[in-house]
Amino acid sequence: MRHLSLSFIIGGVLTFIFTFIAILSFFWTPYDVEAINISGKFAVPGLDHIMGTDHFGRDIFSMVMVGTRNAIAVSLVAVGIGMILGVPLGLWAAGSRMNGGSLIDEILMRGNDLVFAFPSLLMAIMITAVFGPGAINAIIAIGIFNIPVFARMSRGGALSLWTRDYIMAARVAGKGMMRISYEHILPNILNILIVQATIQFSIAIIAEASLSYVGLGTQPPNPSLGRMLNEAQTMIFFAPWLAWFPGGVIVAMVLGLNLMGDGLRDMLDPKLKKRKAGDVTA
Amino acid sequence: MSLLDIQDLSLSIHGTTILDKVNLSVEKGQVVAIIGESGSGKSMTSSAVIRLLPEGAAISGAIWLKDQNISDKTEKEMCTVRAHDIGMVFQEPMTALNPVETIGSQVMEAIRISEPGLSRDEVRQRAELALHRVGLDNQRFPLNTYPHKLSGGQRQRVVIAIAISQKPALLIADEPTTALDVTTQAKIMTLLKKLVDQDKMGLLLISHDLAVVANIADHIVIMKDGQVVEQGARDGFFENMKHDYTKKLFAAAHHKLQKKFIADAAEPVLEVRGLNKDYIIGRNEKLRAVNDVSFTIKKGENLGLVGESGCGKSTLARCILGLEDFQKGEILIAGQKFNGERRLRRHINVVFQDPYGSFNPRHTVGRLVAEPYYALDNPPNSEERKQKVIEMLEHVGLSASDIDKYPHEFSGGQRQRIAIARALITEPDIILLDEATSALDVLIRDQILELLARLTSVFGISYLFVSHDLATVKNITDRVLVMKDGVIVEQGITAEVYQNPSHPYTKSLLEASPDITKSKVKNKEQLNDNIFQH
Repeated sequence: MRHLSLSFIIGGVLTFIFTFIAILSFFWTPYDVEAINISGKFAVPGLDHIMGTDHFGRDIFSMVMVGTRNAIAVSLVAVGIGMILGVPLGLWAAGSRMNGGSLIDEILMRGNDLVFAFPSLLMAIMITAVFGPGAINAIIAIGIFNIPVFARMSRGGALSLWTRDYIMAARVAGKGMMRISYEHILPNILNILIVQATIQFSIAIIAEASLSYVGLGTQPPNPSLGRMLNEAQTMIFFAPWLAWFPGGVIVAMVLGLNLMGDGLRDMLDPKLKKRKAGDVTA
Repeated sequence: MSLLDIQDLSLSIHGTTILDKVNLSVEKGQVVAIIGESGSGKSMTSSAVIRLLPEGAAISGAIWLKDQNISDKTEKEMCTVRAHDIGMVFQEPMTALNPVETIGSQVMEAIRISEPGLSRDEVRQRAELALHRVGLDNQRFPLNTYPHKLSGGQRQRVVIAIAISQKPALLIADEPTTALDVTTQAKIMTLLKKLVDQDKMGLLLISHDLAVVANIADHIVIMKDGQVVEQGARDGFFENMKHDYTKKLFAAAHHKLQKKFIADAAEPVLEVRGLNKDYIIGRNEKLRAVNDVSFTIKKGENLGLVGESGCGKSTLARCILGLEDFQKGEILIAGQKFNGERRLRRHINVVFQDPYGSFNPRHTVGRLVAEPYYALDNPPNSEERKQKVIEMLEHVGLSASDIDKYPHEFSGGQRQRIAIARALITEPDIILLDEATSALDVLIRDQILELLARLTSVFGISYLFVSHDLATVKNITDRVLVMKDGVIVEQGITAEVYQNPSHPYTKSLLEASPDITKSKVKNKEQLNDNIFQH
């Protein structure tokens, strides 16, 4: 059995904590996130409000809980869109190239490059600016720039697998490109895709926070970590805790996901694993 | 005292014993060959001498080189020993050279490390001399040549030049020709022998193939499971073999299988007529990989297709398997035109060279072996399928319980048996064996060949043996085709072709082919022959 790497354990624990908080927020938050209490505004973190309150007297801890849930939901769907569209595109491109259809590969991958050429956040801002701000459009925007990442990665992995003898054997049995991609290639590139997905997930969380920060993501009154940071900015000198907690949660979540991704890569990536004994002529 | 004297050398890695009290010695100007299968510890013996061991390795015993015990030197002192006294030639010439450095700078680096005081010009001259001595003359291969411009054999010459540039006392060559073609292999072996004679070096030559080294070795050491089972002088070695294992190795090296005669009237199972296959390699340039090839295989007949790498034999194999389009000609399987049609695929199957790359690591043996059923319109249901897979596994010498295992649980030879079971499952008329035994140890190869011969008599299958190894083809085929540059240059009954080759290329292939029974290379003219080629 493989050893669990330290970074995987730390990252996994962090990710688990935030996932738990996000799920918990569906059932319970200390206060109603939309309840305004002007008399109790700018409460310092203490026993009543462990993370304090903001300029409307709303409980920061409750808002961070729901904000985490929103960030995770947006990122999850966005990365899902990227994988569901990107992986088949990459497999199709690789399969076409190895079966004499390099034109299809060129068209797909150059289209991919086109999407990739735009800085991802800039494009997300463009999309939400055109179609209107909101969580759905943020999801679509972040999802679109995830497609080329997964398409490239699966194409690369698939191309190297297509030259293997077991793919040849499947072709000799008369299996077509689609079936080979699904049966033989996908299971063997799944590990690199999972690693990439965790990394993309953390990037999506930053993207969601950035979009909300400029007001193009999750809309009020639904709390969002990015918008909380934006609102805290003007009050940073007399109520710094307004920025500490949402900012800290973003950093911890991104760090956790990246550590988990790195740890997974070390554990799953066959290239980094030592070659098994049994070299044929050694 | 000997140049190199290994006394009671034991080696363990993380507590696992790899070598157990190995004793051997190399004299000045002597070629000592260590022969054994994978895992016998032959490579580890040489790694222990030069002390390039994997982490966790612990050695005991003494290694005397030029009257110094180098086994208890520090790593720093070992660097000096490696720089001055030991040269090393590795197996894989494609990765042994740095692709972004010229061959000159790589040879010069070795000279500069062993003698830091030399001037630029002196280093240059020494490098030129070293390359000249390995047969790469400075006109055709100047010092600023990059490795990618060289063939495998030429690269191996550069590696040898690096190893001999500082005139080491001991040269270690670990499978130096395993990755090379048979004619190139013969030339590299001759070159090594010549250099040993000239410099009075000791050569420790490591190989898995008795036949390859038998002609140039002075002393033969047979290793198995980390122990020396037998050793002795080359002269008279094969006449006085004592150990059973040595006898088995010797027998495997020139094994003959019982073959029955194929009647002329037998129906053809595969016909190739006037096949042309071009690759487009530039705007208006084409490379004809297969040029007007025609042949027929009859039911139950074994045909060999022999040629060196790049001759087009693999391309031809892929065309026959319906994996590549071709420009002209036709392929008939079971009397019908075949160009990848699924309904004809059940009549042909394939076994590949690399037993480690032939299986999807995530599928069970049961699923892997049943894969060719996909070509059938009415594949059997899962229960019949399982029965059939078990039956096939038993035919190839595996057991029914192996059906739920994964490929990594099997050894190379066992995997090749699984590959054969997979090829057999639809009971095809013909199985294409693409270098199917080249990656295997000699004894395992022998067992696989015997299995194939037995399966012919059970199922009446024909084989098409694609190989660069003439010895294997000789022993198992009825007829043989010799291919060069995309053209079949000679074909005929195997025994006749081997006895009276008519084409000069066939002759050169046969001369280069290693054979224990051939006499030892002794005369100087033979050694100087042809070293400026390849």
